[in-house]
Amino acid sequence: MTDVDLSEAEKTFILHSMQDNFREDGRGCEDFRHMEVETGLISNTNGSARVRLASTDILVGVKVQLVPVDPNKPNVGRIEFFLDCSANATPAFEGRGGEGLASEITAMLTRAYSCPSAIDYPSLCVLPGQQCWLLYIDVLLLECGGNLFDAVSIAVKSALFNLRIPNVTMTKDEGGIELDVSDDPFDFKRLDVAGAPIIVTVNKIGHFHVVDASEKEEVCSLARLMLGITEKGTVTAMKKEGSGSLDTDSISEMIESAKKVGVELNKCLLNILMTEEGQEVKPVGFLR
Amino acid sequence: MAGMELLSDQGFRTDGRKPNELRRIRFKKGVFKQADGSAYLEQGNTKVLAAVYGPHEIRGGKGKALHDQLLINCQYSMATFSTQDRKRRPRGDRKSLEMTAHLKQTFNAVILTELYPKVQLDIYVEVLQSDGGNYCASVNAATLALIDAGIPMKDYVIACSGSYIRDTPVVDINNLEESSAGAEIIMAILPRCEQIVFIEMNSRLHEDHLSPVMDQVMTGCKDIFNILNQQVRDELCKKSAQDRIVDSG
Repeated sequence: MTDVDLSEAEKTFILHSMQDNFREDGRGCEDFRHMEVETGLISNTNGSARVRLASTDILVGVKVQLVPVDPNKPNVGRIEFFLDCSANATPAFEGRGGEGLASEITAMLTRAYSCPSAIDYPSLCVLPGQQCWLLYIDVLLLECGGNLFDAVSIAVKSALFNLRIPNVTMTKDEGGIELDVSDDPFDFKRLDVAGAPIIVTVNKIGHFHVVDASEKEEVCSLARLMLGITEKGTVTAMKKEGSGSLDTDSISEMIESAKKVGVELNKCLLNILMTEEGQEVKPVGFLR
Repeated sequence: MAGMELLSDQGFRTDGRKPNELRRIRFKKGVFKQADGSAYLEQGNTKVLAAVYGPHEIRGGKGKALHDQLLINCQYSMATFSTQDRKRRPRGDRKSLEMTAHLKQTFNAVILTELYPKVQLDIYVEVLQSDGGNYCASVNAATLALIDAGIPMKDYVIACSGSYIRDTPVVDINNLEESSAGAEIIMAILPRCEQIVFIEMNSRLHEDHLSPVMDQVMTGCKDIFNILNQQVRDELCKKSAQDRIVDSG
């Protein structure tokens, strides 16, 4: 996934400075890099967002579609994740090169959002037992600069916040119930994203646990724990990745650290999204 | 239906443009750090990102290498959310493959390929939002990305589309005009020497009308060239002025 090649000496440098509680860019262990969030840039979608975390660049578009309900869950709506690794990020993603990474990230997102309280699933059901909204959440990876999972989940949450679902009117006639989707762009409802999780990845480097690792730090870390954290601090998903192994003590420490960061991050994000919406500025997107 | 007329009696198109008017063009070079060259370009509601990697060693089998010239490798893909109806696959469908081949042909004609034998150059184009003229926006964005990467070229290569509606040639057509079964002409030219490097026509058009449309598209290409060239030069002047200040003090 990354084309960062570190020599042994460089790895040792990062490891040793970690022991003195310094990271290569001067951050503390629980600090994030500079992040920019912007919503509503793609007018062809019902909701969109772009997140730039240092040099990681993610664009998310959400489209809604009326579909028959899942017979096993007749009273809730559905969501579907799709991730495309653009070759713009690295030539290695050309053709089908990015599919491995893509399926890994979508699996983690699906797991984090499978918690019934993640978003208001019943509100996505239009006609119980028959029709519901299906949210196609399409993620486009434009540049990789480390910490992809967290950046993707932040972008997904922002796009869901921005989502405008058209209102549906139902008329009953003899043939059955007819659904009419409003084509007025101002006739819509919003989705409550207060319970939507953000993925926080905690990397174990040496004996230390760091969040938001840069590409170089990711190379040094042997094991990492990814957790879906909601605003209240609930853990909705957990996954260990990497070649190293972890003991139970460090796992519980990592969970504590991720919770602390996750709660704070959720609050900040919601705050920023609210202010952005209040200001009603036109999105500048990539022209900045 | 009067509201749906592509060209009103007063001579305005559905989006309020005159027949010879382009959509607003905005762009930025160097949007990504990792790529050797990159550009983002908006033509109305069509938004495209292009990235250039290389020239670098041939990836994969060495057998692909050309002993006397540069190998140009293109990939055109569209974001799944870029179109009005969601696309199932971002690339690999027939239309994208055709577009990839077109791009490759276009840039083979303009890059000084003989300067880089046995190596490869990657041009990746990603359409973020599509509202007609995808090929044109892709070519223009890729040109800017190549300039950003500093790849030697004969000239800019600029693409523009055109159509013939109600006995009037129109330029830079949007999605609505594209899908309304009229003729569509797409041209890529070298604006300074007025050479056509790519031309394609869909649907039918009377022979007598071809040359007015081609002339209109040619003018459109030159207009786009002026817009791009102006901003590229301005940026370059600003940059070199800054560098001079740094050097002198």
